[in-house]
Amino acid sequence: MRCGDFRESYAEDMSLFESPLPRVLLSGLLLFLLVLPQFATTYWLDVLNRICIAIIGAVGLNVVTGYTGLISLGTAAFLAVGGFATAAMAGKAGLPFVIVIPLSGLLTAMVGLVFGIPSLRLKGLYLAVATLAAHYIVEFTATHWDSMTGGVNGISIPPAQFAGLVLSDDRKMFYLIFPVTVGLLFFTKNLFRTKVGKAFVAIRDQDISAEVMGVNVFRYKLLSFAVSSFIVGVAGSLLAYQARIISPENFPITLAIDYLGMVIIGGLGSILGSIFGAIFITLLPEMLRLGTDALSNQWPALMQLVAPLKAGVFGLVVILFLIFEPDGMAARWNHIKAYWKLYPFSY
Amino acid sequence: MEFFLQLLLNGIVVGSIYSLVGLGFVVIYKSTSVLNFAQGEFLVLGAYICLTLTVQYQVPFFWSFLLTLAFSALMGILTERLILRPMIGEPVISLIMVTLGLSSLLKAIIQGIWGTELRPFPDIFPAEPVKIGPLPVSQGYLISLVSVAVLLVIFTLFFKFTRSGVAMRATAFSQQVSLSMGISVKRIFALAWSIAAVVSAIGGVLLAGIRGGLDGAMAFFGLKVIPVVILGGLDSIAGAIVGGPIMGILENLAGGYLDPLVGGGAKEVAPFVVLVLILTIKPYGLFGKVKIERV
Repeated sequence: MRCGDFRESYAEDMSLFESPLPRVLLSGLLLFLLVLPQFATTYWLDVLNRICIAIIGAVGLNVVTGYTGLISLGTAAFLAVGGFATAAMAGKAGLPFVIVIPLSGLLTAMVGLVFGIPSLRLKGLYLAVATLAAHYIVEFTATHWDSMTGGVNGISIPPAQFAGLVLSDDRKMFYLIFPVTVGLLFFTKNLFRTKVGKAFVAIRDQDISAEVMGVNVFRYKLLSFAVSSFIVGVAGSLLAYQARIISPENFPITLAIDYLGMVIIGGLGSILGSIFGAIFITLLPEMLRLGTDALSNQWPALMQLVAPLKAGVFGLVVILFLIFEPDGMAARWNHIKAYWKLYPFSY
Repeated sequence: MEFFLQLLLNGIVVGSIYSLVGLGFVVIYKSTSVLNFAQGEFLVLGAYICLTLTVQYQVPFFWSFLLTLAFSALMGILTERLILRPMIGEPVISLIMVTLGLSSLLKAIIQGIWGTELRPFPDIFPAEPVKIGPLPVSQGYLISLVSVAVLLVIFTLFFKFTRSGVAMRATAFSQQVSLSMGISVKRIFALAWSIAAVVSAIGGVLLAGIRGGLDGAMAFFGLKVIPVVILGGLDSIAGAIVGGPIMGILENLAGGYLDPLVGGGAKEVAPFVVLVLILTIKPYGLFGKVKIERV
């Protein structure tokens, strides 16, 4: 804490920004990100969009897993629900994106509620297994409900449109995805300053004491599932709009594990952590590809190793983080920040 | 009728391998409270090592099988020592994630060394079928069924009568009490992981032998064992033994009778539908210890 920086009321202690400086810096960063697409190549625009979508998904998962302590292996399934809902509403019904995206989120929230019901009786390991089952059931439905999801061949989605505005390329898509991401981040950050968010955290830390203190565990667990799957559903909807064609193969169980990895590597119960984790996991395969491309002249055999390399590095990073930095990158970031705050007079 | 019997037999044989691999799950869960999501990779890795030794290095099958088991035991011990021991006392999410990370890592190693294409597995079982009543049954099925049964009996006796087996059960009951009775809990953890790796490797070799081919996709078998152990009760060895054939028969019947109706895939999804049902009705399974938690 800085010298002379006193907090005199609860509201001050709970404020989003400790001091004016982070507010200025954050505005600067947002502004920079807003003009960035004007200079980025198509490839990096695509990566940028995928990072934003991954951030939304990771934040959604963090609500239920990091903040409420309910382990979910169903992220890929919820992304798929959001994506296929978008395909149906935008493709078949021709609705504009301002209606489709929230509706996809709501539909996913409803599916999330159904699979959240086991969480009322089950905890920890058993819940993880239940969501694993949910994943396979959704995958089966997506593969076999041909008329709705296009089955294994997939289904194509028209470009996002609203009142004559057609978001036909990645640059235009960015200006849809980016504000949604920032909005949801602020929503989630603020959620944990309210009664509801505090109740989630209380359930995670000690569910019995939470109940004793008057938190209706039953209702808040379900609410947590609903909020989380709403956010993940929005991510799925944007994913569908961005990819333009989706099939059940786009949502394998490894995707759910990737998202859990983002949350773990970034930091459980931390919005900042979800952002770090999402950036890291999305950039990992891109960096590996750039690396192997550069080295493929010397070792052409390397090209075939990209896929296993990605899985291997991912697994290794997750294991190393869990053993050496269980609180994730967000904790490391806070250490660094605390160190520089008083530099060079740290004592 | 013959179709039904065929499905039943397939179910029992595959189910017996479920039991064997499920035993690995239960042994690890009982002693260390970890659900090992990397079990499927243990299974595939064991089968690949046996395949490589037999085909590439021309080791007789019997010896390559023994070498595979030795390797698996070692791998189990190393996994426990390097990855799981630092995680003692961490929350459940970390324990789940670390085995998922391990599964990803092992998958990458398998794919990096052996690639993704289907490789023919050496014919370890005689080819011509025997007749049981009207039904032609391949000898591979019978041999695998008998060997699994023998193994399950051996393990049951091991847990009941040997010093290490009793120590394992004591550790599962209470780690603190076993420590004060002079049992090395670390050694028990290592033993549990090596047993799990060994039974998975045996399951992998049998499964690859029955199928006649081997590829990385067989790791899915590890995930399909999860419904089996939940059905039987996660901390019950008897549950794994009973749950295996039940689930095997169930998924084969679902595959045989529902697939034409829904257009395939019923066999893969049936165990998970059953899983959801068990979890909502009787979450601790048929024989699991009931921990009442009203939250």
